[in-house]
Amino acid sequence: MALLSKKDTNLITDPLADNNPITIQVLGICSALAITAELKASLVMAISVMFVLGAGNVVISLMRNIIPSKIRIIVQLIVVATLVIIVDQVLKAFAYELSKTLAVFVGLIITNCIIMGRFEAFALANGPWRSFLDGIGNSLGYGVILIIVGFFRELLGSGTLFGIPVLGDPIEKTGLYATGYENNGFMIIPPAALIVVGIIIWVQRSRNPALVEEN
Amino acid sequence: MLEHVELFFKSIFIDNMVFAVFLGMCSYLAVSKKVATAVGLGAAVIFVLAVTVPMNWLLDKYLLQDGALVWLGPEYADYNLSFLSFILFIATIATMVQLVEIVVEKFSPSLYNSLGIFLPLIAVNCAILGGSLFMQAREIETFGLAFNYGVSSGIGWFLAILAIAAIREKIRYSNVPAPLRGLGITFIITGLMGIGFQSFGGMLTGGGEETEEANEQVIKVDQPEMVVPVKEVVVDKNEEIDEKVISYNDVNK
Repeated sequence: MALLSKKDTNLITDPLADNNPITIQVLGICSALAITAELKASLVMAISVMFVLGAGNVVISLMRNIIPSKIRIIVQLIVVATLVIIVDQVLKAFAYELSKTLAVFVGLIITNCIIMGRFEAFALANGPWRSFLDGIGNSLGYGVILIIVGFFRELLGSGTLFGIPVLGDPIEKTGLYATGYENNGFMIIPPAALIVVGIIIWVQRSRNPALVEEN
Repeated sequence: MLEHVELFFKSIFIDNMVFAVFLGMCSYLAVSKKVATAVGLGAAVIFVLAVTVPMNWLLDKYLLQDGALVWLGPEYADYNLSFLSFILFIATIATMVQLVEIVVEKFSPSLYNSLGIFLPLIAVNCAILGGSLFMQAREIETFGLAFNYGVSSGIGWFLAILAIAAIREKIRYSNVPAPLRGLGITFIITGLMGIGFQSFGGMLTGGGEETEEANEQVIKVDQPEMVVPVKEVVVDKNEEIDEKVISYNDVNK
């Protein structure tokens, strides 16, 4: 028997493309844009969100029958905040430099709309295993966009990937720079992230016209 | 007084919540289809930020900072509870939002009718938590400045959502390429507005040639930080402001 039934597999694959949390559901944009100037930061952010969303979905799903619906937002916030504190402390202990780069944006995972959105829309109505898969699927969809944006911004903006120069040395004029290529400083500034995401949306909707929305 | 004015304009234009640090983007995109609703949400954000940032400043000062508990007695001087700030800040915000909702409903039903539906949305708006976290990260000095920071970053957010809502109302009449309609074009417009807002970066430096060059260099340095790189603000004009006040924006560098 397959490990995952077809329905369960859909939980993971749907958010990767046609139901992507960032480009289609419009959730979790704040952090997606702010930390994507570097690929490494994007990757760590994606992993942190995956941990918080996967674990949080399971916890909320286990408690779904005992949470009074009036105070559920506060309960959800406390669960997320606890998980985020764990992530923050782990980052501070093992990747201090990176936690300085991400700065307040680790804390802002708490108010990442993907997390509250999935708690409300899925974990409150489904069992723990399916909720876990849903969490992993959505955080993968989120991570994919983060990594694409981070890849282009770091490559075009600083000519590096994960901090390693891949296009040659801009000062010594080696590699691509010997032909007169220059780094595009525009990609480093914050608004570039918005435009890159806009282009991703453009590409995705051109490939699948069913996703086009009203003006 | 001068630092109040400086912080006020800096938070509205240079460190604008939406264009410089992308906070509150979710509601910014979701609730900006009509100007009227955008105004309602924007006003609610100003209101809640003005209440929660000073509250969290007090919490930070007397409970969370390294050595903050010293008022309990000298034996508490070694405690550093700052790892608890996330959970306490979000709890404060959720409680304050609920409280504000109850109070407004009781005393001003008309205000409640216009703001009320937005208040529950706001507890999970990143701009609110972000306001408190930036207040902590930039080590804002006094209670008054914290209140100022809350109000002015709220106004910055309000301006942003008002502008995008107005543009979106107009863009309905334009022939946007089909795949870009709705979300895509909103992203790109926001990006362009963000580039426009970057030009306010020179506002507080006085626009001298020297500082402009320095700005450019800061941009070119591989700098992951989101805050618009403004070079050491003002120094030449107001020597009476001591280093500490000026340097809260350097913490992120």
